[in-house]
Amino acid sequence: MIANLNTPGLPASDAVALSAARRQRLRTALQVAGMLPVLVLICIAFDLATGKFLTGRNIAIVAQQAAINIVLGAGMTFVILTGGIDLAVGAVLAVSAVTAVTLSLTGAAWMAIPVALLSGLALGALNGSLVAFFRLPPFIVTLGAMTAVRGLARLLGNDTTVFNAELPFAWIGNAQLFGIPWLVVIALAVVAVSWFILRRTVLGVRIYGVGGNPDAARLSGIKVWAVLMFAYCASGVLAALGGVMSAARTYSANGAQLGTGYELDAIAAVILGGTSFVGGIGTIIGTLVGALIIAVLSNGLILMNVTEIWQLIIKGLVIVGAVALDRYRNKGSART
Amino acid sequence: MGATAMFVPTPVVRPPILEMRGISKTFPGTKALNDVRLDVRSGEILALMGENGAGKSTLMKVLSGAYQADPGGEILIDGQPVTVGGPQDARDHGIAIIYQELSLLPNLTVAENIFFGRERSRFGLVDRAGMREDCRGVLQRLGATFGPETLVRDLSIAERQMVEIARALHTRSKLLVMDEPTTTLSARETDRLFALMRQLRGEGLAIIYISHRMDEIYALADRVAVLRDGSYVGTLEREELSADRLVRMMVGRDLAGFYKHDHQNLRSPGAPVLEVEGLTDGGRRVQPVSLTLRAGEVLGLAGLVGAGRTELARLIYGADPLAGGTVRVGGATLTRPTPAAALAAGLAYLTEDRKAQGLFLDMSVQDNINFFVCGDDARAGGLLDRGRGRTRAGDAIKALGIRVDRPSTNVGALSGGNQQKVLLSRWLEAGPRVLILDEPTRGIDIGAKAEIYRTIDRLAREGVGVLVISSELPELIGICDRVLVMREGHITGEVGGDSGRPVTQENIMALATGVTL
Repeated sequence: MIANLNTPGLPASDAVALSAARRQRLRTALQVAGMLPVLVLICIAFDLATGKFLTGRNIAIVAQQAAINIVLGAGMTFVILTGGIDLAVGAVLAVSAVTAVTLSLTGAAWMAIPVALLSGLALGALNGSLVAFFRLPPFIVTLGAMTAVRGLARLLGNDTTVFNAELPFAWIGNAQLFGIPWLVVIALAVVAVSWFILRRTVLGVRIYGVGGNPDAARLSGIKVWAVLMFAYCASGVLAALGGVMSAARTYSANGAQLGTGYELDAIAAVILGGTSFVGGIGTIIGTLVGALIIAVLSNGLILMNVTEIWQLIIKGLVIVGAVALDRYRNKGSART
Repeated sequence: MGATAMFVPTPVVRPPILEMRGISKTFPGTKALNDVRLDVRSGEILALMGENGAGKSTLMKVLSGAYQADPGGEILIDGQPVTVGGPQDARDHGIAIIYQELSLLPNLTVAENIFFGRERSRFGLVDRAGMREDCRGVLQRLGATFGPETLVRDLSIAERQMVEIARALHTRSKLLVMDEPTTTLSARETDRLFALMRQLRGEGLAIIYISHRMDEIYALADRVAVLRDGSYVGTLEREELSADRLVRMMVGRDLAGFYKHDHQNLRSPGAPVLEVEGLTDGGRRVQPVSLTLRAGEVLGLAGLVGAGRTELARLIYGADPLAGGTVRVGGATLTRPTPAAALAAGLAYLTEDRKAQGLFLDMSVQDNINFFVCGDDARAGGLLDRGRGRTRAGDAIKALGIRVDRPSTNVGALSGGNQQKVLLSRWLEAGPRVLILDEPTRGIDIGAKAEIYRTIDRLAREGVGVLVISSELPELIGICDRVLVMREGHITGEVGGDSGRPVTQENIMALATGVTL
């Protein structure tokens, strides 16, 4: 009763396999490109509408405006890749900025930047240990930190604006390196280092592993706590770096206002960049593109004289719309 | 076809309840089904077998209306050609499919689930009393011990299956398709399910049964239809059944020496590599347990589901907090009970749940294989040695015959058997002295099983101590030197080795159940 052992002709099935491989490559390329086409389209649209968007001067302004969000977004990318979230980055940025400006007014001005960065590291380590050792939900931990650290920022600055017209590190916010603003140089350097960590080191593989399947990571002999600590510490330090950049730009810092809402812009950049909110999937280049989209939107809408109210509405819709588009585009490759 | 007369007393030739003819299904890039046929008669259990990827699920999805077959094929119900355009059509034709992932709503009652989508109403109001009474009848017929008011979330998996069957009967289904229904059931629940299936067969229902387990096929099937690579290979009558023959049909070649057991001929077990003494989790699932595993030995761990085998393995590995006892690997006591410490000492554990606890489904085959060893391979400063990783992945893919076009493919896209080989490779690359394998062949096809048995045998030849947990007794009997049996957290005895009791199903079951047969 055994019958019908037909096998399809080899050449035909080879041709099918070949075209499938080609399609697979195209899809992979599209996924890697991610939101880049969206960014390019928005840029072209703004240039057509205003005639002055794609000028060297304006591009430098946009990049400068995006710089701090790129730095925060890089830290946020590490945290979200592990399946967490860091809502405290805006407040940490404020603490760092106030610390840096305050110290710059004292005799120990040289300590301003190191101490500011260390404050971010300490706050990140605090968040990280609550998540890693006490197993508290990251959302709750950093929500609490967002409030408490904001209070700390106001406390450090006596709830006023600290100001230093002679800020020794003002060059960070205002000078250029070979014609490129230092803010942009720093942001790109952060992206490069983050890319290297995620793609070229054992730590990077383990960050993806912990986010993708924490149980499997633990059973594979990984120190999950160390990976989580790294992610929250990196986010803290990079938020502090954002604080230094912000203080350098304005010669001042205000503990009550500086950095409010920045955490949401950073999260938006990460999500726009295609990183999965549950962890384990995402790229730093995506975050870079996401942060640029947000900056381009702000800048372009201002050039078009759109009121601030409508800027908010349009930005919100674009963020949701872009992510919806991304999900729709990736549906075909859904995993089993 | 004279043989069938023995099973169908009435010589009247009726058309099969279901006949599928010339079914093909092309997906972009692959032909999943190629001119497949299948027929099922009322009052019979037809087993549908084939390796993963052979097309069983695709065929059933065509039957259920989830997929549309290519033009040219025919589906006949009671001899009449029909079109199955969607799940509703299938239901109208009396076809009910029970998937591995059950489709019940946990927060509704049994009755509400059975009537879901077809609620009965009186004067425009939901007629709860009427629905309850109706359900009670069906549930009694199935021998259910729960009532229609019970919330589904309070039921066990076995009871939920019963609800699915009740729903199928209630819609007057003539044909029931069951896709690997026993993977999550205990032995006793499986027996009860089989009894129920035989009863339904007696009442004239036709059942298509999909399973990888030989013993179940022997116990249930009237006929066995086999698919391979999307094509129909043939059908065996019950009395034609033999494991060799089935394997040959499914794999397309002989698997000489399915269970490999060469290591025993080469050497006798060496020094102890794993010594467990008084290990316990405080008496919740594992009572103080002691065991010894020697180099070059394959030790089985048998027992019913819930006997504490997995819990014991996880304690040994340091995955769960332990309340007492010691673990020695190669003579050295593990001081800290963590997986990292166990691995450092050369003890690896292959989890029973590869998707939830083993693999990183969004990562590549290469990264999954190298996930542990990349730390040791790394250059100074934790830099990945990608060339080394590629070599390791390539070697592992070749050694275990993992079917994947590129090592950079996501492991989530692989079939169950290939995923299992990837996970096993992660530990083989680590070069352990002790390897604990928890249900290493669960839900994987025969070709992959044979590959894993060969690998276990090779490891034992190389002097690795292997502890195999399995619920498939023929597997334990086939590959193990001796078998420890657990019941209710205790090791109740040993068969094989110096125990004086041969490794047989009867001896193992007696120790596992506490009942002498």
